[in-house]
Amino acid sequence: MIEINNIYKTYYVPHEVRALVDVSNSIKAGEVVVVIGPSGSGKSTFLRCLNRLETADHGQILVDGVDIFDPKTDINKVRAEMGMVFQSFNLFPHQTILGNVCLAQKLVRKRGKKEREEKAMMILEKVGIAEKALAHPSNLSGGQQQRVAIARALAMDPKIMLFDEPTSALDPEMIGEVLDVMKALAKEGMTMVCVTHEMGFAREVGDRVIFMDEGRIVEEGTPEHFFTAPTHARTKLFLKQIL
Amino acid sequence: MEQKKSNISRLSNPTAHAVSVAGFIALMFLVIGSVYYATVAVEYQWRWFKIPQYFMYQPSITLYVEADGEIASLNPNKDKVEIVIQGEEGEKKFLVPAGSFHWDEGDSVSPGDIIAQYKGEWKPGLLAIGLWVTLKISFISTIFGILLGIIGGVARVSDTPILKWTAITYVEVIRGSPLLVQIMIFYFVLGTTMNKILMMNGIPKINPEWYGIMALSIFTGAYVVEIVRAGIEAIHPGQVEAARSAGMSYFQCMFHIILPQALKTILPPLAGQFINLIKDSSLLGMISIRELTKATREGITTSLQTFELWILCAILYLLMTFTLSMFVQYLERRTAQK
Repeated sequence: MIEINNIYKTYYVPHEVRALVDVSNSIKAGEVVVVIGPSGSGKSTFLRCLNRLETADHGQILVDGVDIFDPKTDINKVRAEMGMVFQSFNLFPHQTILGNVCLAQKLVRKRGKKEREEKAMMILEKVGIAEKALAHPSNLSGGQQQRVAIARALAMDPKIMLFDEPTSALDPEMIGEVLDVMKALAKEGMTMVCVTHEMGFAREVGDRVIFMDEGRIVEEGTPEHFFTAPTHARTKLFLKQIL
Repeated sequence: MEQKKSNISRLSNPTAHAVSVAGFIALMFLVIGSVYYATVAVEYQWRWFKIPQYFMYQPSITLYVEADGEIASLNPNKDKVEIVIQGEEGEKKFLVPAGSFHWDEGDSVSPGDIIAQYKGEWKPGLLAIGLWVTLKISFISTIFGILLGIIGGVARVSDTPILKWTAITYVEVIRGSPLLVQIMIFYFVLGTTMNKILMMNGIPKINPEWYGIMALSIFTGAYVVEIVRAGIEAIHPGQVEAARSAGMSYFQCMFHIILPQALKTILPPLAGQFINLIKDSSLLGMISIRELTKATREGITTSLQTFELWILCAILYLLMTFTLSMFVQYLERRTAQK
């Protein structure tokens, strides 16, 4: 579903940082890939390259066979098929919850009012927040906001979901409710790429774990292999530090 | 919205507070009193009673007989009377209010006789007209200024050189010269050229008011561009990412996500800009637009009531700007509640 071929990315501001170095991978439909690594390892950049929020300096990414870095590609069409959830939720504060979930449906999918509102309510129901549909984001807790953000992405019927540390900005007691939604989504067979620090989640629902450090993929494999028998010294060190 | 006040510099003692309030009132009286005393000292004749005529007045109308003749008939017509004067060169008819003349049918009249003397219809006075022109020009310029500012602001933050550089050039050029000079250029340079071209093509020339409006809106627009830009840049980049990652185009994101949020932050500086615009419109008198300031000057040349009219003029501007700032505060409170 997503082919990543030898991508490189270097930041020069404020000083030279090699965020991605020769990263290649392949993500299959229905797979749940968990990307972990220390901070500054390039995992967020990697994720953001997948829908061109960042452009790679070299290399190629094919999403469903479409080269997303090709200037001729209509990136908005590609993005419409990929939902993204951010660390800081990024709900639209001037819209109600319902408005948040409906806006992209209206502008991008061109759905009628009745259709998009029914869809929105259905999904809000699914993430357990339908009763807040007419509230504004500022009146919701962090966990609720993040569930709305997931609902907003799901309302577009994406083929792939990207999660960029969705629980990192949450109070500990709210992490569970968001992870539950993500787990349910994984069970439904959604293709997911998650950058996260939730090792429990990685172990439980991940089909594959990718460990990154200093812009490279150091190690990857099934959670079982990764957490019980890591091969690289760097991985062992990382696991020792966090577990 | 609950206003939070800091406790740092508040007078906690109620007596001290009361003394302070009394001090303020005393200060106001002192200032106004000394101005008044100074005018008494220079023996200025205050004639405020003459002021209302600058807002509304009834012209006195006197009709004179032009040639020898005779009152042929008096025909009542509702509350008016039609006087028909039969002269050597035919009939003349005058419709005047009843009671404004002392003629009977058959009276003979000669040139110079007063046919009738009465008060005409209420008319708006000089200042009322000036006020209206100022309001009209400010309102139209505000609309164009906002349009220019939003278009320019969006262009200013875009990555496309033609848009971005055009916006930068516009802002820098317009902000870099005095408004008065720009008004002169618009009227005497652009206006003369345009009117010549229009005349050569048989199109009537454009009213000076429109050149004034052009100069004011383009001037204000340049400042609004910078205000809009600041408002757009204050929006968290995550908002753009959220919108774009859902497949929205740049312009969808701009008009549905960024501008509605930016509007809230730009409202106060925008209000300041439009208050300036109302005041700046006073310069348009220079190109013979009869707005409030010019009307005041005209009033003074005929009546010599210098003090009253200038003070009044300032109060009228104050009323306009104060109303606008109240309105914007109301809008702010409304957007804050959302």
